[in-house]
Amino acid sequence: MSKHDTIHPGLNLGEHHGAAHDKAEIGAFGFWIFLMSDLIIFGLMFALYVTMQNPMGQAGGPGPKELFDLTSALIQTMLLLVSSLSFGLASLALRHHRSRAELTFWLALTLLLGLAFLSFEARDFAAMFAADAGPSRSGFLSAFFGLVPLHGLHVASGCLWLLIMLIQIRTLGLSDLVKSRLLKLGLFWHFLDIVWIGIFSIVYLGGLA
Amino acid sequence: MSGTSSLHWLIGRLDLSSLPILPALANPTPSEIVAAVAALMVILGGLGVAVLITWRGWWTSLWRDWLTSTDHKRIGIMYIVLALVMMVRGVLEGVVMRAQQAAGLDGGFLSDGHFAELFSTHGTIMIFFVAMPFIAGLINYVMPLQIGARDVSFPMLNQVSLALTAIGAALVMISLVLGKFSTGGWPAYPPYTGIAFNPGEGPDYWIWSVAIAGLGSTLSGLNFVVTIFKERAPGMKLFDMPLFTWTVLCTAIIMVFAMPPLTVATLTLALDRYLDFHFYTNDLGGNMMNYVNLFWLFGHPEVYLLILPAFGIFSEVISTFSGKCLYGYKSLVYATMVISVLSFTVWLHHFFTMGQSAHVNAAFGVASMFIAVPTGVKVYDWMATMFRGRIRLTVPMIYATGFLTLFVIGGLTGVMLANPTISYQVHNTLFLVAHFHNVIIPGVLFGLLAGYHYWFPKAFGFRLNERWGAISALFWITGFAFTFFPLYVLGLMGMPRRSASYVDPSFEPLTWVAMFGAALIFCALATLLIQLRVSIRDRAQTQVPLGDPWDGRTLEWSIPSPPPEYNFAIVPRVVGRDAFAEAKERGQGYPKPAGYEDIEMPRNTMLGMVVLIGGTALGLALVWYIWWLAVLSLVVMIGAFIAKSFVPEPHRIIPATEVAAAHEAWLAAIAKASPVTRAQETSAENRGLAALEMPEGAA
Repeated sequence: MSKHDTIHPGLNLGEHHGAAHDKAEIGAFGFWIFLMSDLIIFGLMFALYVTMQNPMGQAGGPGPKELFDLTSALIQTMLLLVSSLSFGLASLALRHHRSRAELTFWLALTLLLGLAFLSFEARDFAAMFAADAGPSRSGFLSAFFGLVPLHGLHVASGCLWLLIMLIQIRTLGLSDLVKSRLLKLGLFWHFLDIVWIGIFSIVYLGGLA
Repeated sequence: MSGTSSLHWLIGRLDLSSLPILPALANPTPSEIVAAVAALMVILGGLGVAVLITWRGWWTSLWRDWLTSTDHKRIGIMYIVLALVMMVRGVLEGVVMRAQQAAGLDGGFLSDGHFAELFSTHGTIMIFFVAMPFIAGLINYVMPLQIGARDVSFPMLNQVSLALTAIGAALVMISLVLGKFSTGGWPAYPPYTGIAFNPGEGPDYWIWSVAIAGLGSTLSGLNFVVTIFKERAPGMKLFDMPLFTWTVLCTAIIMVFAMPPLTVATLTLALDRYLDFHFYTNDLGGNMMNYVNLFWLFGHPEVYLLILPAFGIFSEVISTFSGKCLYGYKSLVYATMVISVLSFTVWLHHFFTMGQSAHVNAAFGVASMFIAVPTGVKVYDWMATMFRGRIRLTVPMIYATGFLTLFVIGGLTGVMLANPTISYQVHNTLFLVAHFHNVIIPGVLFGLLAGYHYWFPKAFGFRLNERWGAISALFWITGFAFTFFPLYVLGLMGMPRRSASYVDPSFEPLTWVAMFGAALIFCALATLLIQLRVSIRDRAQTQVPLGDPWDGRTLEWSIPSPPPEYNFAIVPRVVGRDAFAEAKERGQGYPKPAGYEDIEMPRNTMLGMVVLIGGTALGLALVWYIWWLAVLSLVVMIGAFIAKSFVPEPHRIIPATEVAAAHEAWLAAIAKASPVTRAQETSAENRGLAALEMPEGAA
């Protein structure tokens, strides 16, 4: 008996079209749960940041107004938002069975935008370190460097994953496995975008308001 | 100087004084000797196991059938073995601590530091490396069987979770031989555990063992949630699930949401210690109360994460051994859900004395008291299940009765502690120690032991010895009472917890009573191990290959014992609750299938072992500042995952003929066997086929 005549109440993520689809659905559902768990980590890092963004937490050191470069943060926001768009176009290319070249193009563009984001972020961090505003300076800066680079680390992992998927599209072809991995990578990438919106609003806009 | 510095890049801050045996030789105080003996026990125990395996020639089978297996049943058993090994150490530490306090008037035989190390490892081990793996093991073994699944959703991830838990346990064990463990208690509050006050390796051992094992628990939780939502047998609705599976679902959801705060707490503490961050330091704007909030944001849901599966086990046990369906199934489900939600709303009651406003304390106090309501519902449901049931007082039922009586007392003292005014009075006293042991031992531990006795025949095909089991259970119950009831009184008398010694002689008599209780608990552990030995020796008389020794009600009893690798030859179609009991009453417990299909099962993988070795190396490297090893092990582990992703998912097909042969042989054996009634269930006649006795409602 195949599994797709299972009728579950509750959490169904879509129609059933066969064993491969069932399998992909289970993987995607698991990945959603991973993202929920990861989001808790970000939520707590936000909570730490907010509770430490005060004169006591800053311990006489520099605060947001002295440190943050809104132009750079805006550029980073734009890079990440556009990378989400390009990933979306990659997903459409996959879904509508367009050419593999088109899919590869959008994924590669996403990768480049991700790397550009990381280089801008690294430049900002370097400037802060140069101004003697590293995490050792104050509790506030510890919380900043606990939160924002954590997102950066996620983006870096996403970039590594993108690179691996670009290779696997060539070596393994567009198999069910590769397609479902691209689906999960897409979820991950858009998730990082949403977290960044939080960082931009709370850390940068909130800090400079 | 030159010798150590030239080796520094190679072995970090390790040196000869890290071995506890040498200080014991140089300075043979009782405290040092106890430490050295403990280290020797770890070394000799490890060597002994290795020699035994080599002598019996078990290495190949260990590697092929266990360490690289992705079978949820084998992973479950490995979790429980890990838990039992760690339980031996945890109980011994408890006994040593009780001995120290009994002798502790103006002194005792342990140094303060050593005593602090003991209560830190005892707590860390009992929660993270006994309770958690024992629960993960039972869940792994039982839950997929209860929902009619062939495995969990992500078998490889399951193996990796086990490896991550084992790494944590390995680090705690290694800390006995290399260096010292933390002295900061199991929650490891900074700034005491910060680098300024504690520059040694102890807190680092705590951080990495707990952080790595915690990651494993998060992934286990994820796996269980997906398995329950996606792998249930056709027709099994959520409200048809056995109650144990329901509690697993709630526990798994708690794992997904409550383990991240632990990850954040441990890793931010690590940032403070390794990279000069100031999250929790005294200076430069650190705020240690953030740590305390984060820790208990994990820590409180954690205790419900532990107790809910135990509630599930008791539900199964009480229903089976009363020969009745569970009373108030839906109310038990709703109570479980309410407890899960409330568990996230009460963490502040662990530190009413933080200095927040009385309103905040009142809110959290009320929320904490409210948890007694759904828990009370459960207790009445269990009693109502037993009411007019045909109760058989088997070992799991002895644990269940002990649980019902003692756990209620622990719950009531919990309601007392939920009142901030009382909490202020007994804060940091032994009253608290008595309370949480009173819920964890009769609640969690008795539940796990009941489950161990209940499902053991399913896993190994023979029953555990009843007599030794009963002796052990009675030792646990009396040992618990003698050890921890005096601590309530001592706490009210004002004796602080975690005291290596004291000056008030009025504490002494009750510490001796507690010491006597600890000796009983030691006997409980010893008889538990004797029982295992005796049961293995006499297994010829207790075989239950037909699979249903207790007249079980749920799907795990509808298959042979031990079950085949693929669990179900034919995935069952489920209609309603207590599916197997219903089928047996209709006389269709063992239907003859129309046909068989090939079964696809995952292949073995080495990934878990790569993670186990790499992760242990990583942990040790971080503890001892051996940076090259840290980088190397991290690169190897990430490389292994990436390399694995290039190999299309490996599967193995078990041909339909093989499945058919095994299943038909089992059905034939059932057809020939004579069923036994419940009165005979502990006799040698019980081969695992239950006689149909007086269906419910017929009376």
